[in-house]
Amino acid sequence: MNPWPFVIAAYAVALLATAALLLASFESMRRAEADAESLRERK
Amino acid sequence: MHALANPARFLRIAKPATGWSLAIGLVLALAGIVGGLTLTPPDYLQGETVRILYVHVPAAWLGMAGWAGIAAAAVSQIVWRHPLAVVAGRAIAPCGATFTGICLVTGSIWGRPTWGTWWEWDGRLTSMLILFFLYLGYIALAAAEKERGGEGRIAAIFGLVGAINLPIIHYSVLWWRTLHQGQSISLSGSTIAPSILWPLPLTFFGFTLLFAAAVLMRMRGELARARVEARLRRSAAE
Repeated sequence: MNPWPFVIAAYAVALLATAALLLASFESMRRAEADAESLRERK
Repeated sequence: MHALANPARFLRIAKPATGWSLAIGLVLALAGIVGGLTLTPPDYLQGETVRILYVHVPAAWLGMAGWAGIAAAAVSQIVWRHPLAVVAGRAIAPCGATFTGICLVTGSIWGRPTWGTWWEWDGRLTSMLILFFLYLGYIALAAAEKERGGEGRIAAIFGLVGAINLPIIHYSVLWWRTLHQGQSISLSGSTIAPSILWPLPLTFFGFTLLFAAAVLMRMRGELARARVEARLRRSAAE
């Protein structure tokens, strides 16, 4: 059995899931902080 | 811990810490992955599939460490009413769930060529799957409590009770000697050859810092949303 497809699949899962988590966390933070900032400036 | 009880003080530290964790985490994780994929020899028994260890082990550690963080936040919330504890618990849960999911999937991919099966109801695999479901339960419970305007006490108690699963995961390979191999790395040393082991600390600390960066970003997001809600409530009251 060629092991490389399994190794590549495992790394793809790990890297894509980590990237998705970081991007989702960043986007959620960026949007929330922008909302808070715009509300503060409006005051 | 109590020095960080003030959200403004926490944010002063969290803002630079987010960028540094992200940058150093990316460098370490990438160095470990490149080293693990190209510079280490294949294992004499497992062959090339041993390379999956460099992402699987950090994911398993972060899945368990995440729940330990939730339990610590729960104690802070229940005992000291730490104002950031609820925010920390909510921020850690999706990150811990993601890494527990990575651990389960990469473990399954490792199992097929190594053990000849994608899944087995082995003690370690089953207790890790239970941890994943505990995360999903915690996320749902915390979201429901937040929607109702609750203080998050039910989620905190759930976080504490769920921590019972952590020693079960840890000792599962000793209690039920089934398919998953025993502990290879302990405080007293490692049974893994140094030529194979060296990228593991890089991915271990790299992914841990990326996890920390994701938690910090989520905590900052939660705090910003709380500021918006408080401001809107004040405006409505005026």
